[in-house]
Amino acid sequence: MKALYGLYPDAAGAQRAVNSLRAATSELKFDPKQILIVSGEPHEGYEFTDSQHSSIPYPWAVLGAVVGGTTGYLLTTLSQKSYPLVTGGMSLTPAWTNGIIVYEMVMLGAILTTLVVLLVGAGLPNFKGVITDPDIGKGKILVGVVDPPVNSQQELERRLLLAGASQVKQSAEG
Amino acid sequence: MQPTAEQIEQDLLRPLFHSSGKYWVAVALAATLLLAGVAAFGYQLYAGIGVWGLNSPVFWGFDITNFVFWIGISHAGTLISAILRLTNATWRRPVTRCAEAITVFSVLIGAIIPLCHIGRPWLGFWMIPYPNERHIWPNFRSPLAWDFFAISTYLTGSTTFLYLPTIPDFATVRDASTGLRRKIYRILALGWQGTPRQWQRLETAMFIMAVVIVPVAVSVHTIVSWDFAMTPVPMWHSSIFGPYFVAGAIFSGIAALILAMALLRKFLHLEEYLRPIHFQNLGKLLLTMSLLWFYFTFAERLTAWYGNSPPEMAVFWESIRKQFAPLFWTMVVCNFIIPVPILAIKRFRTITGTAIASCTVVVGMWLERFLIVVPALGHKFLPYSWGTYRPTWVEVTLMASSFGMMALLYLLFSKFVPMISIWEMKVGLQPHGGVPVVASADGKHEVVLEGPQ
Repeated sequence: MKALYGLYPDAAGAQRAVNSLRAATSELKFDPKQILIVSGEPHEGYEFTDSQHSSIPYPWAVLGAVVGGTTGYLLTTLSQKSYPLVTGGMSLTPAWTNGIIVYEMVMLGAILTTLVVLLVGAGLPNFKGVITDPDIGKGKILVGVVDPPVNSQQELERRLLLAGASQVKQSAEG
Repeated sequence: MQPTAEQIEQDLLRPLFHSSGKYWVAVALAATLLLAGVAAFGYQLYAGIGVWGLNSPVFWGFDITNFVFWIGISHAGTLISAILRLTNATWRRPVTRCAEAITVFSVLIGAIIPLCHIGRPWLGFWMIPYPNERHIWPNFRSPLAWDFFAISTYLTGSTTFLYLPTIPDFATVRDASTGLRRKIYRILALGWQGTPRQWQRLETAMFIMAVVIVPVAVSVHTIVSWDFAMTPVPMWHSSIFGPYFVAGAIFSGIAALILAMALLRKFLHLEEYLRPIHFQNLGKLLLTMSLLWFYFTFAERLTAWYGNSPPEMAVFWESIRKQFAPLFWTMVVCNFIIPVPILAIKRFRTITGTAIASCTVVVGMWLERFLIVVPALGHKFLPYSWGTYRPTWVEVTLMASSFGMMALLYLLFSKFVPMISIWEMKVGLQPHGGVPVVASADGKHEVVLEGPQ
């Protein structure tokens, strides 16, 4: 995997580059999914970031909580019913105390589901290699095209520079 | 002057690549303490739990005191960090990771102590509910079983809460290193790249985790309090214990956090990042918790005194006037008399001042845990069964080693992970301190967006 990319000192420049690349997808014959943006920190309030916003993790967390709670309920209820404990007429499956286990399992379910949804949503783990640049650590934002069409590289470079790139580079995955 | 992104990265990665002689001396001291504890524990396994000072009727002593203390300390991190994230307090950025690490390690230590206490730790897995040939299930009515579920959930949640925002920093270390170190951090970073999609998913996950972890943290120490409150023992069987324990936990947790931050600031040279304002703000929180602690202690003692029930009064006077009075009044001095003036007067609420107040609070809160456990157990309803307790060298060594273990884990953590979140500090460099803004409808004002931060 190779990439042609520019490094931008701020998010506004990166946004201009993204817009310019998107506008050129049909002309230069590459898929918008090939556009790569990498930064060392999140940039809220810009389209290239906000368009990635998803509310999918929330219902998944709730579902995880429900599954966790159900597991807790079944664990306590079924085990207490199967174990012949003499309770002197008191409830065999006391809701108050079982509720504490169910509560903890609800939370555990939500936590584990959130973790899994994050990993899946963010495409992690991914050990195939990543395209990165040492300047990202210095606050630069990388915007480029992965596996750019050979004939379009000059035009891509021109567009990246025009958007305000301080440098344009070509890189293989690191 | 505000540091640049490059400067932040250099400063915060420095402790990972270079360590001073003082660092290794501290590691050696902490490791020695831990090894002493391992030796004492080995002796206990060989000779049996009779080498502890426990007796009838005082079946719980230093071990449970330490357990409650460390679980309390754990409230420093995740709870405070989650609340600060949810309230979008921008000053949290240098504080959160120091705090979250305290939580994970102190819960871990807290979870190990009951395993020592059961005498045969190799049978600890019996607490796990699974179908087995013994046809035995944990008794779900027992607060000790609740502890197992609550602490497991809290440890899982806290570890996740610490690990998730560390992934981008692992990637930063990966990109800054070579050789074996690069390979290790490549695995830890899980192939993190820093695409907008990854950042969005991470921030949403952190928001959900912060929402979930607050009630979990509250439940953990409430359940620890129920280990006592569910038992008909004088001065234990009280409905105030849940909130009293939670308040005490947050109190001791903040104190531990301030101490850790003061030490990190000095030894890792993080003066640029852990600034006096952070200690000022945490000092105010500590002051609030000190007042709250005093209120709870007064309310608890007043209720017992006013009720004048003989069994409760026996424990009451034992701790106020008799055998445990020196410890009780030391606790009051450490938790209230010393910290309140230091923290209330702005001139004294300096880094040194808050660190001194925190030292006394940590001591005071350990004494508080001891005074909850031992006097009540030694003075139950029947006077002929009264007794007392003296810890043996084994228990004292195990207690000291728990502090050694905490110090060692924290020191090693600071060697492998940036103690201040690099990417969150960089967010702080953005216009408006990283708080997302959009122009308002009239185009004249900027509106701060709300949502996961």
